[in-house]
Amino acid sequence: MNGTQTAIGLRRLRLRRIRRRLANDWQLYLLVLPALVYVFLFHYMPMYGVQIAFKDYSTRLGIWASPWAGLKHFERFLTYPNCWKIIRNTLSITLYSLATFPLPILVALLFNELDNQRFKRTVQMVSYAPHFVSTVVVCSIVTLFLDRSNGILNHLIVALGGERNDWLSVPSMFSDIYVWSGVWQNTGWSTIIYLAALSGVSPELHEAARIDGASRLQIVLHINLPAIAPTVITMLILRFGQVMDLGFEKIYLLQNSLNLDASQVIATYVYEMGVRSGQFSYSSAIGLFNTVINVILLLIVNQVSRRVADISLW
Amino acid sequence: MQRTVGRHIRKSRSDRVFDACNVAFMLIFSFLMIYPLYFTVIASISDPYEVINGRVYIAPVGLTLEAYQNVFKEDRIWMGYLNTIKYTAFGTLFNLLLTIPAAYTLSKKHVLGRRAMSMYFLIPMYFGGGLVPTYLQVKALGLMNTSYTLILLGGVSMYNLIVTRVFFSTSIPEALYESAKIDGASELRIFWRIVLPLAKPIIAVMALFYSVGHWNSYFNALIYISRDEYQPLQIVLRNILLSNQMSLAILGTDNLEADVVQAAARRQYLAQGMKYALIFISSAPLLIAYPFVQKHFVKGVMIGSVKG
Repeated sequence: MNGTQTAIGLRRLRLRRIRRRLANDWQLYLLVLPALVYVFLFHYMPMYGVQIAFKDYSTRLGIWASPWAGLKHFERFLTYPNCWKIIRNTLSITLYSLATFPLPILVALLFNELDNQRFKRTVQMVSYAPHFVSTVVVCSIVTLFLDRSNGILNHLIVALGGERNDWLSVPSMFSDIYVWSGVWQNTGWSTIIYLAALSGVSPELHEAARIDGASRLQIVLHINLPAIAPTVITMLILRFGQVMDLGFEKIYLLQNSLNLDASQVIATYVYEMGVRSGQFSYSSAIGLFNTVINVILLLIVNQVSRRVADISLW
Repeated sequence: MQRTVGRHIRKSRSDRVFDACNVAFMLIFSFLMIYPLYFTVIASISDPYEVINGRVYIAPVGLTLEAYQNVFKEDRIWMGYLNTIKYTAFGTLFNLLLTIPAAYTLSKKHVLGRRAMSMYFLIPMYFGGGLVPTYLQVKALGLMNTSYTLILLGGVSMYNLIVTRVFFSTSIPEALYESAKIDGASELRIFWRIVLPLAKPIIAVMALFYSVGHWNSYFNALIYISRDEYQPLQIVLRNILLSNQMSLAILGTDNLEADVVQAAARRQYLAQGMKYALIFISSAPLLIAYPFVQKHFVKGVMIGSVKG
């Protein structure tokens, strides 16, 4: 009897304390409120809306009242003749992009070895510049440079005794163009995070290695590289989470009717079906399929890295 | 300091080879990074005829500003430019109003539900409704084709929110709040009078991150804006550069030329020259401002790398 009373009393006390904390901090909650509401409206409401992937959405009935359709739309996608081609294109382009993942690490390690600070800063600044150019501009530059009759690349090829070609219309070249224009745009910028990690390596470690007679290359490989390994793994996990999350904008802008065989990916197909032809439920189903694969991949990679390297995102 | 001195004394032959290779690599690397942008600039001030025939590589040939004159005759470009300036200015302001206060609250360790709120903001980074459900939601909110659509969309970037939170929890000493609290200042007052002035560096970084995003953004306009008068610069660019929608008003100015074929060819040259000029004009604000502000960007990325 007495015990339960104390328990109730304690609970009441705790509740009162919570209420007091909430009351004390109401102004802090007020500060976070607009962002909470915004994220709810623009991120959580669409998550609620994703149920139309399992429904036959009609504008008249709205999200809630539209009739259920089960897995019909998923089935339709998976039996669509081009489905595997689209998935294959998505995967091959992303895996190809993923393969360029070590480039910024390499460049950062080399930046770090530059003795002349002025030279180092200049090279860094130059290499960050492409990051600030918009996707539309990058794609325009690509298109202009690769143009069959007027592009500078074809002029160079002809000058070197090669054959002109309309490179952007060759399906087998599409992923090369996509990936390497991305390398151009992002390699420099991506080095920053590794440089930040490298700046944390203690100079004494280098000094000690020097005294033991290690060469520059050995220091880079055996001290600097291991020092940034945690950052590398974190970035790698993040990249895996976006394996299927291809940048829609760039692919869409580089797409043309001749390279469609290689450039039709899930994101562009979702756009075409959803926004262009108004097949909302079908398009949502494909989008959801894509997101789920992404999340699963992220969870797997995160788990593996937690086991193997004791590094995880959360 | 000590490290460089040590290096000077004991620079072996293999080290010198390494250094030389490294510098050579960096020179080639920088060249590859800057050349496409450089070429765009020299092509825009060269005679289009020379550019098309592959005679412009390292310096402009047949210097002319005709391409720029043609670009400025196009009303769409002016309108796109003005729209983008408007979207960037107000959009960034909106971003800051949402991000900075929220990040401040999330940085306060004693706030009840802080972890839950962090999760709430983190989940959309990895999982979202996707294109169509978002589209339907934007539509339901009445944001299709309005003059403020592109200001309101993309209001909070989760990544920026995290970076700002890390800044608050690592750069502003807790003791400062305590003393203000003891003096009886309310949380809002502390935020306004103490936190904001101290947060200037992060506000600058965030303003830069967000404004570059707005300036370069094109996706939202593609999906949600169909009326010409609301189109941002990037859409205008795409229409002209990639879809080749040139208005005949500017390109057909000299239709008097006797030879129709020649006129058509000339039109093509002009269009080509215009494209390079247009690329330069649209990227110029960022590329010119960039060397002065790049250290803020770098700082932003560095703060973010402290703890993801």
